[in-house]
Amino acid sequence: MSETEAPINVYRRHFLTSIGALTASVALGGALVQRVASARAPEEAVTGKVRWGMLVNAGKCVEGCDDCVKACDEENGLKSSGRSEIDAQWIRKVTLKDKTTNRTTVLPMLCQHCTTAPCVDVCPTGASFRRIDGIVLVDKHLCIGCRYCMMACPYKARSFIHEAHSDQKSWAPRGKGTVESCTLCVHRVDRGETTTACQDACTKAGHNAILFGDMNDPNSEIAKHLATEPSTQVRGNLNLNLGVRYQGI
Amino acid sequence: MAPAFADIPKPKIPKGKGERCVEDTNVMRKNHMEFLLHQRDETVHDGIRTKKHSLKECLSCHAVHDENNMPVGIDDKRHFCNSCHAYAAVSIDCFECHQSKPDVLKVSGSSP
Amino acid sequence: MNITYREIEGTSPGYYALLAVLGLFILLGLGAAMYMEHEGHHVTGMSNQIVWGMPHVFAVFLIVAASGALNVASVSSVFSKTPYKPLAPLSALLAMSLLLGGLIILVLDLGRPDRLIVAMLNYNFKSIFAWNIFLYTGFLAVTAVYLWLMMERRMNPYSKRAGLVAFVWRLILTTGTGSIFGFLVAREMYDSALLAPMFIIMSLAFGTAIYLLVLLSAYHGTGRALGDATLRRLKNLLGVFVAAVLLMVLTFHLTKLYVTQHHGVEQFILLDGGVYTVLFWGGQIVLGTLLPLALLFHPATGASRSGITAASVLVVLGGLAQMYVLIIGGQAYPMELFPGFEVQSSFADSGIAAYTPTLYEIALGLGGTALALTLVTVAIKVLRFLPLSLADADVDPHHAAAKDAA
Repeated sequence: MSETEAPINVYRRHFLTSIGALTASVALGGALVQRVASARAPEEAVTGKVRWGMLVNAGKCVEGCDDCVKACDEENGLKSSGRSEIDAQWIRKVTLKDKTTNRTTVLPMLCQHCTTAPCVDVCPTGASFRRIDGIVLVDKHLCIGCRYCMMACPYKARSFIHEAHSDQKSWAPRGKGTVESCTLCVHRVDRGETTTACQDACTKAGHNAILFGDMNDPNSEIAKHLATEPSTQVRGNLNLNLGVRYQGI
Repeated sequence: MAPAFADIPKPKIPKGKGERCVEDTNVMRKNHMEFLLHQRDETVHDGIRTKKHSLKECLSCHAVHDENNMPVGIDDKRHFCNSCHAYAAVSIDCFECHQSKPDVLKVSGSSP
Repeated sequence: MNITYREIEGTSPGYYALLAVLGLFILLGLGAAMYMEHEGHHVTGMSNQIVWGMPHVFAVFLIVAASGALNVASVSSVFSKTPYKPLAPLSALLAMSLLLGGLIILVLDLGRPDRLIVAMLNYNFKSIFAWNIFLYTGFLAVTAVYLWLMMERRMNPYSKRAGLVAFVWRLILTTGTGSIFGFLVAREMYDSALLAPMFIIMSLAFGTAIYLLVLLSAYHGTGRALGDATLRRLKNLLGVFVAAVLLMVLTFHLTKLYVTQHHGVEQFILLDGGVYTVLFWGGQIVLGTLLPLALLFHPATGASRSGITAASVLVVLGGLAQMYVLIIGGQAYPMELFPGFEVQSSFADSGIAAYTPTLYEIALGLGGTALALTLVTVAIKVLRFLPLSLADADVDPHHAAAKDAA
């Protein structure tokens, strides 16, 4: 039972933990410190007590800004092939214009992390699955590239990888012939971090339109907002119980 | 018998970092794919990210460096996995999706 | 009645020429598949908007036609129509061959065809695709047994029961194929339980048309006798099926037209969808339905072999057009995420998604079709599928009486 670790890794982990705890306590106060402190150990499996979700405030989302998209591409190593129709887009900016009133709204659209996800239902091999903590993922080891999930997704949230890639990010494996979509930055979640790349970018830009968190934890920021303010689910009539909720549409 | 086989080419397997691997060499030679398979399912489905049998840790200890002291990728025949897989003519599917080089002392662009 | 089945001779230059042409198409299809697999799907016309393209048009058409091709055998075994009995072995053979041709296209179009074993070892039983894997392989097995019982004289008494099993199986199979689309709640064009019965009726039309074409070519090529009464039965059957498809298509669109939510997609298909509108009215309705109906039921063309051949070819082409409109058109129409809003994005949320099939996709589709036909061409030379004579007097001893009645 010798877990060999390069000293640099041990050092890095300690460093990360302490920096993480420090930042959190300084910036966001008590509730988040508790979250970091109770973060899962690496050997601990995810539980259904947690439900990761996202609240997007379209009212705060700014037209012309696509920082969240860029941050996602950078974080997950998505590169453009020069042909937009085959490029992967885990998150995209959508502009809505009310046909009657002409009012426009902008918002980021991404995998809605449905509780009863159509992509999970239709996947023949079980590659599409919902992790018990609410994150819908593709197990690329099982994906055969049939694209049935893309036919079934009501949010057009999935992309098929049309060409070979090298130089992937080590935490975001992706390869030709398989399907992928937003992972809610699952690599960050598993490291105990409490924000996604898109949220960080949105916060940095000063818009604060994206909030990620545990919808099941009554003390979390997202749960408080959801409990006290109106929010909607896109195509709510499908009754899929989404992990991504919107305000301002 | 031995002399008759002495000139058979053998794979040149580069040595990894540290004193010893996470399992005995013989166990690893025979079962590394089982360990990886087991770990992969636990990681993907249960979010278990222990290091002992993780592909990332394999790559980090067993990285082979080129003349410029940069780790080589799977398209280089000196890559640790290639050194034996090419010899045994067994194709590897891992690196169709996974990065084949270790991270060089940085995590992600946006986290410290 | 004593029908003698014999292998075809299969030594004429025409036979070898046919095999050579089919073989060429198979090679082109395989080459295209390997290229697409090696390069990735960016060399095809398919994209993140049109995720299923030309290969799926061919594959679904062939799979649907496969179950319909078995119909002739079912009429004999399940509905006890004696004149269809000599036609049954070819019917079962064609059904198996078309299914294999369609499946090979589907498999070779996968993003990771090398992982087919994964699909064989991991099942999500809520997936209609997973059901279909069993329905398709089961169909092959059931039909193979049925075929054996029919062709092995000692086992003939059991063939009727096997025919019933195969008949029920094929109904379930086509229901499964239609449900691949019918259960998709996401897209305006699909999400209709009507698609399952519609696919069943389509299968009867497509399968019978292909059966007629294969039968006519085989008997023309071998110079064996093929009676007019047999042809008349089959062409009337085809006509009824084509008319039934028209009824289903009518119902399908009327249902959608009644619901305001679906007006957009209906306007797209029926009025201003460009190539899809042209293919619907011109390909599916006029060339694929009305013209064949006219040819089949007009006294002059309905009695002529060229008339029946032309009608069958048109039904096949119309069927492909119908598949194209359904599969590609259904994806090209934008998904309505935000009803009441005009939507714009970098991911083609607005407007009609563009799709131009590449030669590779068409080659793969034709390759699968060629494979199906090759299997039939080779099988009838190796085993006794075809009766030496299908002359009216040989097929039906009561022919004279039947003729008077008709």
